[in-house]
Amino acid sequence: MIKFEKRPQPSQIFSLATPLLAVMATMIFGGLLFAVLGKDPVQSIVTIFWEPLFGEFAFYYRPQLLIKGAPLVLIAIGLALGFKAGVWNIGAEGQYIMGAIFGAGVGLAFYPTESAFIFPLMILAGAFGGWLWATIPAVLKIKFGTNEILVSLMLVYVAEQFLASMSLGLLKNPDGFGFPGSRNLQQYSSAYNADIIAGTGMHWGVVAAFIAVIFAYVLLTRHSLGFAIRVTGEAPRAARFGGVNPSRLILFCLGTSGLLAGLAGMFEVAGPAGQITIDFNVGYGFTAIIVAFLGRLHPIGISLAGLLMALTYIGGDIAQSQLQLPAAAIQVFQGMLLFFLLAFDLLTNYRVRFGSKEVTP
Amino acid sequence: MTTPLLSLRGLTKAYPGVVANDDVSLEIGRGEIHALLGENGAGKSTLVKMIYGLVKPDNGTMEFNGASFAPQDPRTARVGGVGMVFQHFSLFDALTVAENIALGMENAPAMGQLAARIREVSESYGLPLSPDRIVGDLSAGEQQRVEIIRCLLQDPKLLIMDEPTSVLTPQEVSILFETLNKLRSEGTAILYISHKLEEIRTLCDAATILRLGKVVGNCIPAETTARDMAEMMVGTTLKTPQRSGATAGEVILEINKLFLPPASAFGMPLREVSLSLRKGEILGIGGVAGNGQDELLGALSGEIQAGHGMITYKGQDMTGKGPNARREIGLLSAPEERLGHAAAPDMSLIENAMLTGAVREGLVKAGILNWSAARLFADRIINVFDVRTPSAGNAARSLSGGNLQKFVIGREVLQHPDVFIVNQPTWGVDASAAAAIRQALLDLAKSGAALIVISQDLDELMEISDHFGALNEGRLSQLRPAVGLTVEEIGLMMGGAHDEETMHG
Repeated sequence: MIKFEKRPQPSQIFSLATPLLAVMATMIFGGLLFAVLGKDPVQSIVTIFWEPLFGEFAFYYRPQLLIKGAPLVLIAIGLALGFKAGVWNIGAEGQYIMGAIFGAGVGLAFYPTESAFIFPLMILAGAFGGWLWATIPAVLKIKFGTNEILVSLMLVYVAEQFLASMSLGLLKNPDGFGFPGSRNLQQYSSAYNADIIAGTGMHWGVVAAFIAVIFAYVLLTRHSLGFAIRVTGEAPRAARFGGVNPSRLILFCLGTSGLLAGLAGMFEVAGPAGQITIDFNVGYGFTAIIVAFLGRLHPIGISLAGLLMALTYIGGDIAQSQLQLPAAAIQVFQGMLLFFLLAFDLLTNYRVRFGSKEVTP
Repeated sequence: MTTPLLSLRGLTKAYPGVVANDDVSLEIGRGEIHALLGENGAGKSTLVKMIYGLVKPDNGTMEFNGASFAPQDPRTARVGGVGMVFQHFSLFDALTVAENIALGMENAPAMGQLAARIREVSESYGLPLSPDRIVGDLSAGEQQRVEIIRCLLQDPKLLIMDEPTSVLTPQEVSILFETLNKLRSEGTAILYISHKLEEIRTLCDAATILRLGKVVGNCIPAETTARDMAEMMVGTTLKTPQRSGATAGEVILEINKLFLPPASAFGMPLREVSLSLRKGEILGIGGVAGNGQDELLGALSGEIQAGHGMITYKGQDMTGKGPNARREIGLLSAPEERLGHAAAPDMSLIENAMLTGAVREGLVKAGILNWSAARLFADRIINVFDVRTPSAGNAARSLSGGNLQKFVIGREVLQHPDVFIVNQPTWGVDASAAAAIRQALLDLAKSGAALIVISQDLDELMEISDHFGALNEGRLSQLRPAVGLTVEEIGLMMGGAHDEETMHG
């Protein structure tokens, strides 16, 4: 008989080991999944994990790691601050979109003027757009007690409609021959989020992600606001007793995660994506949720998890083209990571005991 | 020599890290009221769970009525003739008395028949109950009657009662004792778990004392002093706290017609609570749990905001001031729930020290936390209050109840409050830790602070209070000097306008 016994102290060892165990389990079960689909499991796993880093075209794929990883890490950091406090921002995708629209909108408003002030203004606009979109669920939660999961998620669909409207309307490229989509920002040098060191994939979004990781680490370990976040998540009554103002905390957590998601959106549209189109968003806002938990809601963990997820995206793309693996299979794979992580997390707080020690008299 | 009703021989039960019962033997005769005494963690609950079939012993034998007895589950135990009334009731607030009792029965008779049985049994034992009343409307004493009637309907030969009087007013306690005596005269044996020594001396025929899982003694309570029984329980000589008897200073806290609406449907409002607290004074507030204690503490700590002019401290209106603003000016508190409210269970003692100590101990500057200073503060609390823990880095949930309580109270006391409000300071705490906590409270008052001590333990309140009041249904009784108050007067203050009916003589 298997029994679960609560540990007197959460286990440090398992806290660190769980992500590794989850990755290994995902590889095994993912491999099984691919085998069922008729593909060689070992070949598939190697394609996904090994090829992008050390394969033939690795010089092309490695910068992609930063390009795909940066928005994931940037958004996940913001989400983690909220999740730690029990504030569930599921609408980062919508905040990402709004940040992109606001940022691109400000940039395009200056076209064709060239100036060093445009890019910083775009950054501010992108941050504001994301912040605004996340403050809506925050205010509704504070004033009416609505569930931020539902509101933030529903606002994603609103944002997507808004994006389509902008692509077809206000932001449509007048020189675009009638096709939907904005001007390409990669050709507008004041607004282009170029690689800082050419060819490495390290654009300003990567720098922002890096700063965000450090900022979050310092906030959580050394600042009273970070402490308030941690206590609210672990023991809400104790947090109230300790003087935490729940409304202000909700505003901060949702606002900050929206701000960071908006920044990610802005850096993406001004850089790798290049233009506002109807389907410019690729789901980073949702994948960032997995990244946040895979990284144990810890800034350093998130930076590693972001790179890992980026790896599965890129490897997944390669597997799609080389092995004809369906795109949905990759998404199942990413979901499995989160599933196994949450399952193995049980071991941090509970010990497994086998067999029965009881003796009947 | 007649065979005993229940005979336990060498019962042993171990859990990881602790031996809950170590070779325990005891005998209960027919019609005997047998007390099971011991501090928290002594093994009383585990022992009775084995008798009731909730837990299987690792070793040892049990005999009931001369035959071997090893119940696999409570149902078997009930069928065998053992009934149990738990300390925490398992009743549904939204259902009636009859519906609750029917839920606990194997083959419940039709409602009409059951209602008649309930009326009959409850009246014959002096615990009148109306089967149609909603349980949520009953007082704790009446709810306990439902639990007792539920057992009595199954004709038990042995009735186990776990801390029965912890939720009763003095009047309700005497009614319960009359019922138990009646049961005894009919030949039903009672296994009575309690740590209330005077009650045991009044009621029980024999007592077995457990300490750390072992039987350390047996005695006849009527022939033993409470002090001797306590020393057998604790194993060391007890320190009795000293009443300081200092005269009180100027008024430092005033509560004026405090009104709070109930937090939820079955919640308790506060109605027109008024009091004046002076420096150096200890005000004891008694009352059975659930009568507004948590709400009063919440209003004073700042977690719940009260209206204008209701709470005045050092001449300032406290409206709009949150917990940390009040801490800054010397108003500190310690809530009842150790794990989850006073302390975050999964966080370390250092982090818990930071939780309330940040403002007054200078542990935070411009938002940046000083963790080494917090560690020093936590270490100081651990040293001064003898908190048993391997280190300050251990999680709060790894401490025993008594040690965590010492930490939680010590944390506030070492911050030199001017007013300290504490809810149930020694609930679930072993005798030596309880004595240390009480002494710390007395010392705090002696140094000029004013205290409000909210507690269900009347003995404790009488020991340390200068003035006494009781909370009932959200109302605070008139405050009276503690000196010279009789148990009857206290019971009436606690019971409010309750009319206790009894069918005995």
